[in-house]
Amino acid sequence: MKNLFYYTVFPGFLFTVTLGFLSSWLDRKVTARVQWRVGPPLLQPVYDVIKLLGKEIIIPQGAPKFLFLMLPLVGLASAILVSTMNWLSMLDAGSGFVGDWIVVIYLLAVPAIMLILGSFASANPLASVGGSREIKLLLGYELPFVMACLVPVIKAHSIKLGEIIAFQASSGILLSSVSGVAAFIIALLCIQAKLGLVPFDMAEAETEIMAGAYIEFSGAVLAVFKLTKFIMLVASPLFLVVLFMGSEIKSIVGFLFVLLKYILVVVLLVLIRNTNPRVKIDQAVRFFWGPITALAVTAIILAMIGL
Amino acid sequence: MSHRVIVPIGPYHPLQEEPEFFKLYVEGEKVVDIDIVIGYMHRGIEKLSESKHFDQVSFLVERICGICSNSHPFAYVNAVEDLARISVPERALFIRTIIAELERLHSHLLWLGLAGHFIGYNTVWMWSWKYREPVLDILELITGNRQHYAMMTVGGVRRDIRKEDIPEIKKMTHDLIPVLNMFKGAVMDDPVIHARTRKVGILTKEEAIDYCVVGPTARASGIPIDIRKDDPYGAYDRIDWKIITQEEGDIFAKLVVRVLEMYESIRIIEQCLDKMPEGPIDADVKEIPQGEGIGHIEAPRGECFHYVRSDGTNSPIRHKIRAPSYMNVASNKVAAVGGTISDAAITLAAVDPCYCCTERTAVIDKDSDKKIMNGWDLVRLSQEKTVRLKKGLSK
Repeated sequence: MKNLFYYTVFPGFLFTVTLGFLSSWLDRKVTARVQWRVGPPLLQPVYDVIKLLGKEIIIPQGAPKFLFLMLPLVGLASAILVSTMNWLSMLDAGSGFVGDWIVVIYLLAVPAIMLILGSFASANPLASVGGSREIKLLLGYELPFVMACLVPVIKAHSIKLGEIIAFQASSGILLSSVSGVAAFIIALLCIQAKLGLVPFDMAEAETEIMAGAYIEFSGAVLAVFKLTKFIMLVASPLFLVVLFMGSEIKSIVGFLFVLLKYILVVVLLVLIRNTNPRVKIDQAVRFFWGPITALAVTAIILAMIGL
Repeated sequence: MSHRVIVPIGPYHPLQEEPEFFKLYVEGEKVVDIDIVIGYMHRGIEKLSESKHFDQVSFLVERICGICSNSHPFAYVNAVEDLARISVPERALFIRTIIAELERLHSHLLWLGLAGHFIGYNTVWMWSWKYREPVLDILELITGNRQHYAMMTVGGVRRDIRKEDIPEIKKMTHDLIPVLNMFKGAVMDDPVIHARTRKVGILTKEEAIDYCVVGPTARASGIPIDIRKDDPYGAYDRIDWKIITQEEGDIFAKLVVRVLEMYESIRIIEQCLDKMPEGPIDADVKEIPQGEGIGHIEAPRGECFHYVRSDGTNSPIRHKIRAPSYMNVASNKVAAVGGTISDAAITLAAVDPCYCCTERTAVIDKDSDKKIMNGWDLVRLSQEKTVRLKKGLSK
């Protein structure tokens, strides 16, 4: 019963979705202020999703129906699960299980994979261009991302999120070490690509391939994809907070403090998004496999020698 | 051997909100060939012009395009003045030059913003359009309108620049210099923009000559053509300014040319305001004699050409217009092929295409002198297609 409450209300589905709407609003509002615009009202993301839910779902000819409709739901479920696991391990450091770090990394890749499958299932040339870009991007950022996330593991000698948090509570947050800072920067850039934000939004590049991977999705299916995006905007920065500046939530103040750190990471992502043009897919892959992977290797070596 | 597919950019596409159609033949991400289809817009401006009298035509051609809403009337009045051998008062020439340069400023800022948007840099888009507002404010101050200034008239200009407005105009144009410096710093020194625009969509000097490109597109390929210098009109021969050229021919060169041209425009406006003589602003033309005349001016996108023939009545019997994009769009055939889809998107936009300026064609059969297509034919074709599609669906 308690677990059901955890997964459906707090910190699971309801809480995560609410936070997702809020962070999407934050993203749009900060973007608008950077661009000298006013920005949307607080409830705009909710209106958007509700409006999409009421629209007709069009399934393109030749698309496998079941796959086409199920994929976004799988993506949404895994994003919510990641967020829940992160919150739970901060609420109670002992609540996780050994190896939940690995599960989170796997689950974080699921929405991208669902998007790839969805784009190929939609039988559209523009979607397949978008899908193939997403594959290349995924191959590009996944290796440095895992390597960056390894740094806290090496430091804390554990692959359990709760123990990584406990380690940071006893000997200072990861961001206070050199290797931690390097790994945080790498992970932040990888998250930027994971979330499909500029400069890594080539999978949906509106002005090139007209929303690319999303092109054939409409109505409620698109709404679920949007919701997945909102929740990924909660789940992935939260994972960074847990790994690099984690602290156990013992009181309301502690909760607000974590929220503040989370908002900081989101604002950082939004600022990167608004001060860069979109790069090309070959440039992105070269960037992740070249300098970023090299930096990740350096960070791991630094962590091994204890810096 | 990879699979060749068509990636359509157009007829309706978020890249350029105008009816144009680029068929990109791609293998993977690489563009191997391109088909350029234009001609979706036929408004019959040239024919309409024959039914208006000479004064009204300047209002008509103003409505060819919202961005070049001064270039077309300017070229048109030049053509009529060439036809009727009218000498325009000095003050009017200076005012015309000021309006033309203000238009260039706002057009280049508009392009800069759009180019930012096309490569996903929406902040540049919004900032550039924010700083375009003061230019429109100046135009409103002088002419009363933000667009469609209605300043050009055969023999002069319609409105004078008031003496008490000049300090304000000077201040507002001068305030644009720090803005341009900021853009120069933010756009021209950004490594990611370099990565996106350098060595991309290259149009070499030879290709530029072969395709007869005009305006900033040609100047970015190292061809120093500029009607303002080559065949001076307005007051351009009375002031000091220089042609901006770049040698590389890539997108970055086109960007640099446009940004630097804005500095020149500000210089020209400031000099014009200083040197502007007192006097009448209109030659008060009464009769347009029989004959023909041409007028061409340097619009923000390149040479805008107007030809007018008169038989002595009060309306032209032939009016031919050629807008710069007509020459520039075709050059994408060489510039966009060989790059990726991402490159093609910005390459297609780098010539600053303007389709509403370009298109006013009607197809005529030369033997029977009959129009093969008119507006009504297109409606009929579209209705037939709908019927055909509906039949296909019900099968």
